[in-house]
Amino acid sequence: MTTTQPPQTEQPAKPPPGRRTRRRPGDLVFENSARLSGVLILVILAAVAVFLLVQALPALSENQGNFLTDTEWAPSGDAPSFGVAALVFGTLLAAVLALVIATPVAVGIALFISHYAPRRLASLLGYVVDLLAAIPSVVYGLWGITWLMPQIGPFFEGLNRYLGFIPIFAGPVASPPRTILTASIVLAVMILPIVTAVAREVFLKTPTMHEEAALALGATRWEMIRMAVLPFGRSGVISAAMLGLGRALGETMAVAMVLSPGLLIDFFLLQAGHHQTIAALIALQFPEASTLQVSALIAAGLVLFAITLVVNMAARYIVSRRKEFTE
Amino acid sequence: MKLSKYGKFAGVALAGALALSACGGDPEPAGGGSASPAALPEGVECAPGTLNAGGATSQELAMNAWRSAYQSACPDATVNYDPTGSGAGRTNFADGAIALAGSDAVMDAEEQAAADERCGGQAVHLPLYISPIAVIFNLEGVDELNLSPEVIAGIFNQEITNWNDEAIAADNPDAELPDLEITPVNRSDESGTTENFVAYLSAVAPDAWPHEVSGDWPSELSSQSGQGSAGVVTTVQGGNGTIGYVDASQVAANDLSSARVGVGEEFVEFSPEAAAAIVDSSPAAEGVAEGDLAIELDYTTEEAGVYPIVLISYEIICTSYENAEEGALVQSFVSYLASEDGQQVAATEAGSAPISETTRENVMAVLEGLGA
Repeated sequence: MTTTQPPQTEQPAKPPPGRRTRRRPGDLVFENSARLSGVLILVILAAVAVFLLVQALPALSENQGNFLTDTEWAPSGDAPSFGVAALVFGTLLAAVLALVIATPVAVGIALFISHYAPRRLASLLGYVVDLLAAIPSVVYGLWGITWLMPQIGPFFEGLNRYLGFIPIFAGPVASPPRTILTASIVLAVMILPIVTAVAREVFLKTPTMHEEAALALGATRWEMIRMAVLPFGRSGVISAAMLGLGRALGETMAVAMVLSPGLLIDFFLLQAGHHQTIAALIALQFPEASTLQVSALIAAGLVLFAITLVVNMAARYIVSRRKEFTE
Repeated sequence: MKLSKYGKFAGVALAGALALSACGGDPEPAGGGSASPAALPEGVECAPGTLNAGGATSQELAMNAWRSAYQSACPDATVNYDPTGSGAGRTNFADGAIALAGSDAVMDAEEQAAADERCGGQAVHLPLYISPIAVIFNLEGVDELNLSPEVIAGIFNQEITNWNDEAIAADNPDAELPDLEITPVNRSDESGTTENFVAYLSAVAPDAWPHEVSGDWPSELSSQSGQGSAGVVTTVQGGNGTIGYVDASQVAANDLSSARVGVGEEFVEFSPEAAAAIVDSSPAAEGVAEGDLAIELDYTTEEAGVYPIVLISYEIICTSYENAEEGALVQSFVSYLASEDGQQVAATEAGSAPISETTRENVMAVLEGLGA
């Protein structure tokens, strides 16, 4: 609304059409270096894709199994056979679980910061949440191993005892709980800042008129949020969640440290040795890998690259659509 | 927790004390080498030049300690070690890119031929880094455990799943074994420790351990695992009823309980001497030339006092070098590695088991011909 104004006010500053302007060298240099930077991003992205593809080809051509549908990962020996099915499943499962845990909490924090907290507390809280994003993932991994693991064990036991009839909570409960659910909880904490930050921005952009109209109709604050803020921010929250998903998909160290890997496709969240993510597999296998194994790992990396690209593009698409119908 | 902290502190203090005493010089400084700040052991003399070495990552810690000790004693010498992995180390050695290769495995016939050609004579394996692998467990109320090879294989293959299993009770008549599920823990990354442990299992209990020997844990077993030795230790400590395998250096540092392993009729507790003894009791590897010290680890040995689960890493060198200076440096450096001081440094820094006197004599005999 108001954002469409500025371009028009700049109009008079531009030279009248039809007259050639003398371009200063500084302008030219800046314009071209900016253009170069823009092009460079595309070139780098394309180069990464080409690099992954070229490096992955030797393993893909030697592969005895089906790369996309096999669950086994044995890229060494005379008959290398490997597939990413279980890895893709594990990667998506960990990321989606993290999202399911993190999104409600993030929306709550964002609403508190944007609509409930006193202004001074709100800015402090926003700052702290942003700081969470600056913590290295290894630290989250250490936190997961040394603090979270002992605390979460009894909780998992309880889940299994009282909700064990639901298949996903079936036993035996792993001890120590190095399971996909623990990894997802660590991931959830890691993606909390980005989801919160984007959601907060969206909620703050709710037109004041809408909010005041709701209040004027006699709505309580919660009803106002439900009627005005949440509908306005829905697509923003979705795109925030997608950005979080992108981060959770590529997370390596924390998962490698917290999870006991396995290559199965199932939903037993409390059992160890059932799931593995692509990023963690690469981190664990790379140091001692032979040439062919490295190539196979890069092929897995290519798949991860593709998944992350699709997720992020979907997030962008939703963001841009939101812009269209709010303006 | 506190104990282990103190343990670590003591380890650091010990290492520091050793380093200091090394700086302080040996009791007989009267000789000619008064200029060198840290003396090499008797019979080992400095040689100038640059030695490029590379290979197994398992030796990296020990090699770093050896290099820094040797270089501080011999300011004119530079030793580089590139931890590229055993396979790459052997290839680079055969190509002539490096003069010494570290390798966890004995060269096959093809590699040996290429290496011999590179040496213009003979390339030999010297077993200078012995790293015992301990079977650790965390079981409330049980501090000592006897495990026969078949039982270890059964546990890790998830055939024996409860601590009160008769097979375990038979070897431990005095222990009160709880009715508790066994949680076996393995390495989640590819490692030489896994490869040697698995090689042991398939040698001593082929029926109970049907899986292929590889640095990767068999993926058909859904199991608990940890990244690196430290990851295995935290996982074993984090649960009750857990059992895992780990470099023996971790046992003392983390105050862990380690199992006695069945050898013949008796059960042997891990100790540096017992681990080093397997080198003496194992036969030479098949098809190696005279003077080569490559061995075929005899996991099934029934000799008394031998601890069979070890990782052995070799130094591969030529018996003669075209470049006399290079030969002299290799001789000097490797003599230091084999010396009591050198082995002690590795034991302190990397937790390896010092080689036995017999092995040392054999290594020195090989080195004698070098550099002449």
